[in-house]
Amino acid sequence: MNSIQSLIKNLADQHGRKRESLLPIMQAIVEQENYLSEYSMVELAREVDIPAADVYGTATFYSFIETKPAGKYIIRICKTIACAMKGKNQVLFAIQDMLKIKLGETTPDKRFSLLESNCLGWCHKAPAMLINNEVYTELTPEKVREILSDYMKKNGQS
Amino acid sequence: MANSHQLKRVDFIFRNENDWEKVLSATIKRKPSELINELMSSELKGRGGAGFPTGLKWKFTSEEESDEKYIICNADEGEPGTFKDREILSKVPYKVLTAMAVCGYVTGAKKGFIYLRGEYKFLEFELIKEIAEFEYYCNEINFDFKIEIFMGSGAYICGEETALMESMEGRRGEPRNKPPFPTQKGYMGKPTVINNVETLVHTYTIFKYGAKKFYDLGVQYSRGTKLFSVSGDTPKPGIYELELGMSLQDFVYEFGDGDTKAVQVGGASGFLVPRKSFKDAAIGFKGKLTGISLPTGGSMMLFNSSRSMYNVLDNYLEFFREESCGQCTPCRVGCQQLLLGIKAVKRGDKPATYLDKLLRLTETMQLTAKCGLGQSVANSFSSIVENFREEMIY
Repeated sequence: MNSIQSLIKNLADQHGRKRESLLPIMQAIVEQENYLSEYSMVELAREVDIPAADVYGTATFYSFIETKPAGKYIIRICKTIACAMKGKNQVLFAIQDMLKIKLGETTPDKRFSLLESNCLGWCHKAPAMLINNEVYTELTPEKVREILSDYMKKNGQS
Repeated sequence: MANSHQLKRVDFIFRNENDWEKVLSATIKRKPSELINELMSSELKGRGGAGFPTGLKWKFTSEEESDEKYIICNADEGEPGTFKDREILSKVPYKVLTAMAVCGYVTGAKKGFIYLRGEYKFLEFELIKEIAEFEYYCNEINFDFKIEIFMGSGAYICGEETALMESMEGRRGEPRNKPPFPTQKGYMGKPTVINNVETLVHTYTIFKYGAKKFYDLGVQYSRGTKLFSVSGDTPKPGIYELELGMSLQDFVYEFGDGDTKAVQVGGASGFLVPRKSFKDAAIGFKGKLTGISLPTGGSMMLFNSSRSMYNVLDNYLEFFREESCGQCTPCRVGCQQLLLGIKAVKRGDKPATYLDKLLRLTETMQLTAKCGLGQSVANSFSSIVENFREEMIY
C-alpha cells in the first residue's frame, strides 16, 4: 500500500465510508497533499465504493478542492466588487511581481500558487486574501510584500 | 437634509451575555408549542434574505413524524458584501449553539450541523472548543443534543438550502426541486430546520427577553433588528445592528461619504438604488403599506460618483457566471450571455437596443431558473441597466 492509499484508508476509517463522508475526506486529502490528483480520486472511489466519475464530479464542483497540482501555500485573492474597488489589482500585481508567476500558476519550487477567489467576506476591510486558511485584510502592495517575504523565510526552514 | 432622522442603533446580537446555560435550561422547561407561539408572535423572519417566518418553519418541522430530524445552521455566508455571520460566530457562538439546541427541543431533533463556508475555516478551531463546552453542559442537564461542523469548500450556491444539503450528502451543490421543502424532506431526506446564523441568534433574544421586546422594534411586516454589513465608499465600513424599516435616505445620511451615487442593497443578488430613489426606499420585507421595500441579507454597499456602474455590473455578472451551478440552462447560459452581451454593447459591437434584449433574457431567467441564484440575477441587472443605461453604452 503506497502513502496515498494508506492516507485515504485512514481518512475513510475516521470519516466513514458513506457518500456523506466524501467531502470531508477530499478536504483532508487536499490539506495533506495540496491537491486531489486523479489517482487519489480513483483510490477514494474504490475505498468508499462509489463510481470514480461521481468523485470527480463532486470534487470539480468545489473551488477549494484543487484538482491540479498546487503549491504548499495557496494564495487566493478576492476579486469581488468591494476588493476590486479598493485596489485589489495593485495588490495582485505586487504578488505576481514578487513571485514571478501569473494567476493560476505555481512557483517552480512548488511553494506558492496564485488564484483569484470570489467574495471572501471581508468587504469592510478590502482588499483581502487568504493564504491557505489565514486571512489578510486591508492589503496594500507594501503590506503584501511584507507578508510574502515572511512566508518566503518560512519556506527556507520547512 | 430634510426629514432625516438618526438611525436607531440597537445592541442585542453582540451583547455579551454569560448566562446561556440559564437561558437554555429555562427555555427547555417550557412547552414546545408555547415556544413556537412566542416565535410566531415575534414575527421573526429569516435573516438570510428570503424572509420566511421562522416560527412557521419550526412548527412545520415539529409536526412531521420521523425517527430522525436535523437542525442546520447555515453559515455559508457568500453573498458579496455580507460578513455579519462570521462576526456572530467569532463573538457570540454560544447564542447560536443554544438556539440550535432549543430548536432541536422544539422540533424533536437530536442532531445539529453548522455548515461553515470554507473561507471561514479559521473559525473552526474555536468553534469546536465552544461546541465541546456546550455539549458538556447539555450532558450535565441530561439534554440530548449534538452539534457538528461541516466545512464547505468554496461554492456560493451552497448557501441555497437544498444545495447545502446536497453538499452535506457528498454531492455537487446543485439545488433540488421544491417542494418537498426541507421541513418535510431535508438532509438525508429527513425533516430539517435550516436557519441562517443571525436568525438563530434572534430566537435566542426572543426566548430570553420575550417576543414583545423584539416585536416592538422595526415596522409592520419587518419586525425586530437586523445586522447590516456596510462596505464600499463609506467612511465607516463595518457591521451595525439597526432596526428594520429605516429609509435608505437616512442610511446614506449616516453612512455615505457625501457623494453617494447609488447603494446596492442585498449584494449581487439584490437591487441597486440610485440617488434619486433613496427617499422612497425602505429596508425591510415586502408589505402592502411600505412602498418600495427592499429585503436584504444585510449587504449594503455604497458607491460614490467616481465609480463606473458598468464595472460594478461586469463584476457581478462574472461572479454569477462562475458561481452558477450549471444545472439548469436558463441560469448557466443566461449568466454567460449577459456578461458577453454587456461587453459587446460596451465595445460597440452591438447596438444600445441590445440591452433591452438582455433585459428580456433576465425576465426569462427570473421565470424559469430553478433556484434563487438564477432568478435573482435579474434584480441587479435590471436595476443597474435601467438606472445607468448611459454608463453601459459609453
